[in-house]
Amino acid sequence: MTDNAKPKFAMYWAASCGGCEIAVLNIHEKILDVDANFEVVFWPVAMDAKYKDVEAMEDGSILLTLFNGGIRNDENEHIARLLRRKSQLLVAFGSCACEGCIPGLANLSPAGEIVHTAFNTVSTDNPHGIYPRASFDVPEGEITIPKIFPTLRTLDQVVDVDYYMPGCPPESHQIGAVIDLVVKVLHGEAQLPPKGSVIGAGNSTVCDECTRKRNVKSITSFKRIYDVEIDPELCLLEQGIPCNGPATRSGCNARCVSAGAQCIGCYGPAEGVVDYGARLIAAFASVIDSTDPEEIEAILDGIPDPAGQFYRFNLAGSLLKAGKPAWEKG
Amino acid sequence: MTKHNGSKPEVQERIGVYVCHCGTNIAGTVDVAQVAQWAASRLKERGVVIARDYKFMCSSLGQELIEKDIKEQKLTRVVVAACSPHLHERTFRTACARAGLNPFLCEMVSIREQVSWVHTNKEAATIKAQAAVSGGVERVIHHEPLEPMTVPINPATLVVGGGIAGIQAALEIADAGYHVYMVEREPSIGGHMAQFDKTFPTLDCAACILTPKMVDVGGHPNVTLLTWSEVEKVEGYVGSFNVTIRNKARHVKTDLCTGCGICQEKCPKKVVDEVYEAGLGYRKAIYTPFPQAVPKFPVMDVDNCIYFEKGTCKACEKFCPTNAIDFTQQDEVINIEVGNIILATGYDIFDARRVSHYGYGRLANVFTSLEMERLTNAAGPTNGQIVLRDGKTTPKAVGIIHCVGSRDRNFNNHCSVICCMQSLKFAHMVHERTGAIVYNFYIDMRTPFKDYDEFYQRVLEEGTLFVRGKVAEVTDAARLPGEEGKLIVQVEDTLAGKQRRIPVDMVILSVGLEPRKDSSETAKLFGISCSANGWFIEKHPKLDPVATMTEGIYIAGCAQGPKDIPASVSQGAAAAARVLGKIQQKEMALEPIRASVIEEKCSGCRICNDLCPFNAISFHEDTMVSEVNAALCQGCGTCVAACPAGAIYGTGFNNEQVLAQIEGLLLLNIGEEAVPA
Repeated sequence: MTDNAKPKFAMYWAASCGGCEIAVLNIHEKILDVDANFEVVFWPVAMDAKYKDVEAMEDGSILLTLFNGGIRNDENEHIARLLRRKSQLLVAFGSCACEGCIPGLANLSPAGEIVHTAFNTVSTDNPHGIYPRASFDVPEGEITIPKIFPTLRTLDQVVDVDYYMPGCPPESHQIGAVIDLVVKVLHGEAQLPPKGSVIGAGNSTVCDECTRKRNVKSITSFKRIYDVEIDPELCLLEQGIPCNGPATRSGCNARCVSAGAQCIGCYGPAEGVVDYGARLIAAFASVIDSTDPEEIEAILDGIPDPAGQFYRFNLAGSLLKAGKPAWEKG
Repeated sequence: MTKHNGSKPEVQERIGVYVCHCGTNIAGTVDVAQVAQWAASRLKERGVVIARDYKFMCSSLGQELIEKDIKEQKLTRVVVAACSPHLHERTFRTACARAGLNPFLCEMVSIREQVSWVHTNKEAATIKAQAAVSGGVERVIHHEPLEPMTVPINPATLVVGGGIAGIQAALEIADAGYHVYMVEREPSIGGHMAQFDKTFPTLDCAACILTPKMVDVGGHPNVTLLTWSEVEKVEGYVGSFNVTIRNKARHVKTDLCTGCGICQEKCPKKVVDEVYEAGLGYRKAIYTPFPQAVPKFPVMDVDNCIYFEKGTCKACEKFCPTNAIDFTQQDEVINIEVGNIILATGYDIFDARRVSHYGYGRLANVFTSLEMERLTNAAGPTNGQIVLRDGKTTPKAVGIIHCVGSRDRNFNNHCSVICCMQSLKFAHMVHERTGAIVYNFYIDMRTPFKDYDEFYQRVLEEGTLFVRGKVAEVTDAARLPGEEGKLIVQVEDTLAGKQRRIPVDMVILSVGLEPRKDSSETAKLFGISCSANGWFIEKHPKLDPVATMTEGIYIAGCAQGPKDIPASVSQGAAAAARVLGKIQQKEMALEPIRASVIEEKCSGCRICNDLCPFNAISFHEDTMVSEVNAALCQGCGTCVAACPAGAIYGTGFNNEQVLAQIEGLLLLNIGEEAVPA
């Protein structure tokens, strides 16, 4: 992997779970195409490399960087800015980088509270109440850990992003297709889409890929999937299952709904949807079949965690970006 | 993945900003000159080339100012900061059009209703007005030139409801030479007015003034009268509605029937007449509700007809001289095309049984006002004799209770408008016909229209006793001497400041008016809105009382709210005038603010399908996309907001425009940081 003639490739994880890396490895033999066409210069999960090695590279010397994870701490931000400088094409890869994803839900709480929860709950074995400190003096000198920010930001809230590739994680067949495209571009056989495009996904919604039958909707109660026997043919939302498919970008081949589970929205907002959660709230509210305020209230109680239902993946990337406590006390 | 930070593209537009003083309405609270100066300097880079303030922008001089600037300064966009667009949007759009600018490139910013009228701090109000103007400027950049769509107007009109309001409307239009279809669900037109005896305050006979109009409708060459019929479906839009009507089977062939009445005479089955006679009298199983019914053809009540029950009888058929009886007749479904629709569907009477402490239905001599109308009517079950439930005893003391079911938080908050005058009318009639002592129990006396208060004075002078207070109870449980065998009215006399028990022989409950039980379904059928309690909602409560938010659908009479006969007639005529105005135009321009589905983005999830209050959305099963009918759409935006995929585009209110306006309001457009990152 030292062929200097090959264009350079990097992949990085910021605030993320690692699933995106596995998804890339899950493209099976196509990974060989990556190796054949690129020199992998930086990919912490797969190979050893130091930040200083990247810092030493010439600006713009990496052709393609897949950046997954949101920006939660100053290390994340440092690497995001570094890789932006060094890369010609920076791709926000996966839901965290695109829209914040699950780590973004922490934007509902002040950062201090998150740390407290992590180090001081019944499930935490921390008898001496030890908390992390940003810096610590040891005989060898001061050591530091990254400083946590008040909120998690998406990649494009920090640096300029060339392409977005949604999904939690992106589907392997979509990753494969994007790699095929980039390889073709390298060989002059294809053109890159316009900057700012969403790649590796469709342009409509999950409903477009869903084969379930659908009718005019009217919802009398929201149900959890384990409470009812699901009609395998019928639209889940019509059965009262809060399926996020109608607002979610297509591209996953409607995998969850085909398997009988509701779409939870990991592919993010459909093209043209500005605020994913607000869209879904308006849509669900529109089809509630009642005019009685008390009854409506009772129906809405069927969604016990609205932030988790409507903003599970999109909170950091939404118009609101965070809950008030995170702004105020962060 | 939405990005709103970073540099904005350079603005190519030339924008004029006009700040109105509205006398002191705005200038008293907002420093309008400062707002104009601020816009000229701070919004220069956003395309503002000129900003002025003026005393009354809506005056012809104010409008000329804008027109002159459009021509001389080559403006491509106009922002007017003044009152609400409800008032003057059309004024300024028209001014722009006169100067050759597409009228939809003008944006109004409300700095009166939303700023000066709701604030007192001049400095803060001025800053808010500046922000509002900034929002308007940012929004107008994204406006598109729009062209209105024109649709032809079918000159025929549908009038739903054959009461006095509908009759008036139908006659006005028919007399003007245009065709009217009148649909009435009862066997005869006439409505509630046909049940009344006298009309207040003139005491002329209701039938005497109503029946000539009914006859006019029945015989009018321009009226197609469809009684015993109901509207089932309404499709289309202003100028071209397609209406499906179910003409229920009468079991009488109307082309053969002469209305001679022999069938009714010979029919052996007597049925209590709950509708026309308010349960006080009988009709037959084949009947016309009253002798002057229009049309004259009877209907067969198949639920009570002996032949339909037992398979034998057919007395009507045997005796009918023209063989007009048809036991096999089926409902007929008719389709008509009309350009406009007037809804005059009337009201229901409040069910007095709901006020159980007044004893109606339990205490024999408690009557409702409608029963009283029938009792006093010379053609009624007692030939106009006011007698107790036994049919013979004349009451010596009568209590009339006002506001039954009205102005009562347990039932209806509204005032039913007619009850005071109706109660005074009964007081007069009882006094005149029986010489009984009459007590009127009222909360407030409301006699506001022409000659009404004079009538109240007359009844006062006749010796009717007025007790101001809400009746607590009507009971037959005697406690004091003299109460045996009487109805006792327990009331707090608020003027005397004490509780009273007044024994009477007869109690009349002046029941209120309620929306029709099915008014919300009717509203949905015709795509108009009705309030939570069920009255149809007019386009503007003061300035547009007979139009609705749906173009081409008008309302008249009590369907809009309780009112008396003169008001119902006025509304019927007003609705007709509006319709005639539309017909005269022959075609009309539709506001181009409307929704459209972006086909490629629509995944056919069908969330929008049942939401449109104007029934403008249809779903194509073959292509799996929904479609908004442009002529039906009124631009309300419901579907635009509901579409989870962002696949419905609302002209004039698209994402770009609204988000740009928000950025402008927050002054992000001129680089002010609103919230920390």
